[in-house]
Amino acid sequence: MSAASPQASQPPPLRRHRDGAVFGGVCAGLGRRLGLDPIVLRVVFIAMTAAGGLGAVLYALLWAALPAEGEARAARMRVPRVPGGDSWSVAAGMGMLVLALLLLFRQWGLWVGDGLVWPVVLAAAGGGVIWRQSARAADPAPAREAAARPGGGSALGRAALGVALVVGAALLFLYFNDALRPARDVLLPAVVVLVAGTLILAPWWIRLVRGLADERAERIRSQERAELAAHLHDSVLQTLALMQRRVDDPREVAALARRQERELRAWLNGGRALGERGTLAAALELAAAEVEDDHGVAVDVVTVGDAPLSEEAEALVAAAREAMVNAAKFGDGAVSVYAGVDEHEVEVFVRDRGPGFELEAVPADRRGVRESIVGRMQRHGGTAQVHSVAGEGTEVELRMRRA
Amino acid sequence: MTSSVVIVDDHQLFRAGVRAELDGLVEVLGDAATVEDAVRCIVELAPDVVLLDVQMPGGGGVQVIRDVAKARPAQRFLALSVSDAAEDVIAIIRAGARGYVTKTISGPELADAVRRVADGDAVFSPRLAGFVLDAFAGAGQPIPSAVDAELDQLTAREREVLQHIARGYLYKEIGARLHISAKTVEAHVSAVLRKLQLSNRHELSRWAVERRLVD
Repeated sequence: MSAASPQASQPPPLRRHRDGAVFGGVCAGLGRRLGLDPIVLRVVFIAMTAAGGLGAVLYALLWAALPAEGEARAARMRVPRVPGGDSWSVAAGMGMLVLALLLLFRQWGLWVGDGLVWPVVLAAAGGGVIWRQSARAADPAPAREAAARPGGGSALGRAALGVALVVGAALLFLYFNDALRPARDVLLPAVVVLVAGTLILAPWWIRLVRGLADERAERIRSQERAELAAHLHDSVLQTLALMQRRVDDPREVAALARRQERELRAWLNGGRALGERGTLAAALELAAAEVEDDHGVAVDVVTVGDAPLSEEAEALVAAAREAMVNAAKFGDGAVSVYAGVDEHEVEVFVRDRGPGFELEAVPADRRGVRESIVGRMQRHGGTAQVHSVAGEGTEVELRMRRA
Repeated sequence: MTSSVVIVDDHQLFRAGVRAELDGLVEVLGDAATVEDAVRCIVELAPDVVLLDVQMPGGGGVQVIRDVAKARPAQRFLALSVSDAAEDVIAIIRAGARGYVTKTISGPELADAVRRVADGDAVFSPRLAGFVLDAFAGAGQPIPSAVDAELDQLTAREREVLQHIARGYLYKEIGARLHISAKTVEAHVSAVLRKLQLSNRHELSRWAVERRLVD
């Protein structure tokens, strides 16, 4: 294959090749597309010209039909390659070659007779097109792909072409054998009726095909809409109804609004539920969400980096959750949670703006801070520190080395 | 002297709410609901600060910043949005906004943020600070031979300041904790903003998009 081909896996589209042109570039282009030396094709064309002039006619036709390389319409002419299938250009090239050979044979007298050969050739071509078409239809993936392409009707066009070729071959055969004359009187009216019928039905048929596509798109859209409506109904509308009933309890309303906001955000992000993700950041956010729900206080979580949820990390999250509960209970307003994860260490800060307290002043029997936070962190090889300034709030600092 | 603002948001209810909340704290010169209206309004009224919604039909806040920049390149913007997706936040900051706050912010806090942006400072919400730390994390070594390698990394001090913002501390509290003045804290944040806007580290944009995929 030519080194100039842009993609090695794909033969260059069928064009006249100007660079390699001797005359009009037709042979060079064909050769490039078919992977043959243009010389071979040139010889064929010259032979065909010598044997009755057909070569010259074919060459002229091809010259007119093929876009020169680099022309704008070339891009449109290019037929997409279906996996496992040959493109039109190859088929056309093969057809030309077969035709040339046949004409050669005819010239040399190796010939059965016009009445048999031409119909057989036509029927073979038509049959080939139909068979390839049905083989492709049986394989649903490329068929769908073809249908999805703009101008997906080309599959139908190919089938029609195949049918036309075979029918044409049959008629030609009958004509050569003079079997058609009695039928002509019957056939002519039939053809006229057929043409008229096509003219009448074609617009309706096209509308039907378009209508089907529209209907399918509409069905998909309405399915999506139904899904969205179901979600909004289950979540947002329920929450709004609840909020209207609790309108005399601003704390409850704020908590409801926040929970709904959280759920909606998670849904919009298309993410899985926090609990399913199994990372430290997700577990922290889940814990924060629970504390928000239980205590009606906003808990803002900011995480930098993330880590898988090991046993130590779970202990860290549990300690952080306890700190959030304390902050929500004794603090004033929103709770800030920050988690930073790097390769060596995880650090979590839980901060509130409450009145603050002194750890030493907390009675020994209060499990909260001493046991659930400090003790838990120490058991898992971490540290916990409580920084509290009277009047400025409390910050719990949790640190744990990463294994 | 009170700062003047123009509010740009496609939700009428929200514009009215912000107007009411800022009443008496900040002078609201006008508001706009579409990108075209906003550009016309801002160029005409020349406010100190534009409160800018990120997500609007017709290109959103980023488009407003781009279009206004042709007539008023020094116009200051404060992004105000319900979205806390990294790609939205990073995009509007990279487009030129000097700060980012969420719509749940209280009236006085918002007025304070407007004043700071009007003074040429940067306003980072805890979440934005977290995003920036995340985006600049893993930068590791600066890219060798890069002329502006310092743009691609945060200094230790800047990290410290950002981390405190992410932990919910105010500038003056951060200053007190780090034994520096609030002005110095602001200088650090402004430096981070500059890096965020000017760094052409390709990871930065990619990071914002990828974060959404991971989320």
